[in-house]
Amino acid sequence: MEPVIQDLGFIIGTTLMYSTPLIFTSLGGVITERSGIINIGLEGMMYFGAFAGAAVAYFTQNPWLGLLCAALGGAFWGLIHAIACVSFSAEQIVSGIAINFLGAGSALFISRLLFDGATQTLTVARKIPQPLDFLFGEGKMFASSGFMDLVFNRFATVYLAFFLVFVVWFVLYKTKLGMRVRAVGENPEAANTLGISVIRIRYGAVIMSGFFAGLGGAAMSIAVVSRFSNTLISGHGFIALAAMIFGKWKPQGALIACLLFGAAKGFEIFLGSKGVPVAGDILAMLPYVLTLIILVGFVGKTTAPAAIGKIFDKGDHS
Amino acid sequence: MTGTKLKELFLKGPFGLTMTSVLLGFLVGAIVLLIAGFNPLEAYWAILKGICSKPKYVSYVIIYSTPLIITGLSVAFALRTGLFNIGAEGQFIVGAMTAAMAGYFIQVPMLLHVPLCLFLAMSAGAVWGGLAGHIKARFGVHEVITTIMLNWIALYLSNWSLTLKSFGKQGTGKSYMFQETARVDLFGQWKITEAGIEFIRSHKVLGDILKSPVNLGIIFALLFAFLMWYILNKTTLGYELRAVGFNPDAAEYGGINVKRSIITSMSIAGSLAGAAGALQVMGVSHKVAKLAIMEGYGFDGIAVALIGNNTGPGSVFAGFLFGALKYGGSKIQDAVGAPTEVISIVVGTIILFIAMPKLIQVILKSRRG
Repeated sequence: MEPVIQDLGFIIGTTLMYSTPLIFTSLGGVITERSGIINIGLEGMMYFGAFAGAAVAYFTQNPWLGLLCAALGGAFWGLIHAIACVSFSAEQIVSGIAINFLGAGSALFISRLLFDGATQTLTVARKIPQPLDFLFGEGKMFASSGFMDLVFNRFATVYLAFFLVFVVWFVLYKTKLGMRVRAVGENPEAANTLGISVIRIRYGAVIMSGFFAGLGGAAMSIAVVSRFSNTLISGHGFIALAAMIFGKWKPQGALIACLLFGAAKGFEIFLGSKGVPVAGDILAMLPYVLTLIILVGFVGKTTAPAAIGKIFDKGDHS
Repeated sequence: MTGTKLKELFLKGPFGLTMTSVLLGFLVGAIVLLIAGFNPLEAYWAILKGICSKPKYVSYVIIYSTPLIITGLSVAFALRTGLFNIGAEGQFIVGAMTAAMAGYFIQVPMLLHVPLCLFLAMSAGAVWGGLAGHIKARFGVHEVITTIMLNWIALYLSNWSLTLKSFGKQGTGKSYMFQETARVDLFGQWKITEAGIEFIRSHKVLGDILKSPVNLGIIFALLFAFLMWYILNKTTLGYELRAVGFNPDAAEYGGINVKRSIITSMSIAGSLAGAAGALQVMGVSHKVAKLAIMEGYGFDGIAVALIGNNTGPGSVFAGFLFGALKYGGSKIQDAVGAPTEVISIVVGTIILFIAMPKLIQVILKSRRG
């Protein structure tokens, strides 16, 4: 096998792996913001999901149960955010900041109780499996460490993330429910007049965003690595948030933005492993600089859902 | 008469909202501790003792609070113009880096060195914040996303600067310690002389205080808080900035240059966060170190600003509250075995309630009735 092709496979594979947690979380961002609720608390929800996933996977030895509990944990904080923003007209950004403190704080609090005062879990026995290995046996489908193996033999969460991009796109644009979510995000008063329950749609969307962010956290803690630690999610939720805006509040756009951030990580790790004398920090900085440039040059404003961040009070309009 | 007035202030004003939220925050923290099997009274008592049972502790609380007050002011200042400065973190980092460089490379007497360091760091912070303001004003890109990007760029820039042989001590991940003339600690050198050691041993209260890295940072923090109050409330500039925050369309109609106001506001906010980073380096660490993750001074500043209702005096109060909780909270692990992170839960709950004035009003009214 050509070494160049193998290197390329390595880079693509690492890119996919590091993009995955961002894709999940970013999709969560798309869902909630499309319904008109800003969720800056994605970071806290992801943080809690990463912990819950690793803790449950450690104790039950079942990574799938871990993944589910991570999602439910994220959804719980989504519910809190929804109660604050939808029922009590909270300042959405302020509530999101609160969720970030609460999500991270409660994760570490419980971690210290369960893991003997440590702010990290122990290593899980079983990570999220790699479906190709699972189906065909290790190294049976493609030759080990070949291009195909490096690119396609990935954790199940990677496949799941891509599948969910499609699902979210389909639901948002091709179903009645999605149309309602978008209507609520653009013009809640009109949607309300048409008999759509703004409150129910928004509750659902915000809770789902937590669910997705929780998946994102677990995709980090029980797939990319094999345990939760207090520095694992540092800022990934915020990057996912940026990716969503970068992707113009669309699932497919968010996917591309997440792949960009993941690719930078992929290159960084690749060059680091080759000992190439390129300043790793400058390389790591690139996607952020690039995002700024693209935002300034190409994306601009006017793409956000029209009613985003605005308080909807049924009593004032009906 | 005054009684009803006080009641009014408490029920309708921001003060009552904040105080009720703080109380509810501690209440929720207590419930969480109780569920986890700890005695909340014991835990809170341990925090209180950890804050004020020794002169050294009080001194540490002030040192912990200083950067939080200033980053809080930074976030609060931008918020008054309706801008959300999530970028205080990055502005803090560039401020710290610039101060560390200025303190190491430039050789001038102390009287010049300290203001020069601070000025350069504040300028760097102002550029970092102003850039986000400019992009918002010129291209309409939301400041939240630009400041998130700028935070990461700042972090990697700072880490990269440490790989430069002239600035970073290779292999340690830290910059070279900077010169005496750029420091704002009190009695830093004298403390390690024989007379200093003797003094610390023989004076109970003062000696104990001197065991902590006492520095002038808090003076600057209070000065900044006063300046912020003055600019916002007593100058035309402040009036314009607040008008934009209140209603940008009306401000524009009234002849205020909204775009310029956005850039000005973010620059000032950035310079404050830059000063926070600089003072942390000049007063406490005397160097910068490689950052694996964000340190959180800027994010904590958001909490401070929100709890302090976006005012100068409010940020001072909230900064002290947060600083005290952070320092005191670090002790409950040893004292009662309860996780330190209950502090994050308390702070998060306070902010959550502050976000919901509607709920607080319901609670207050039902108590009255």
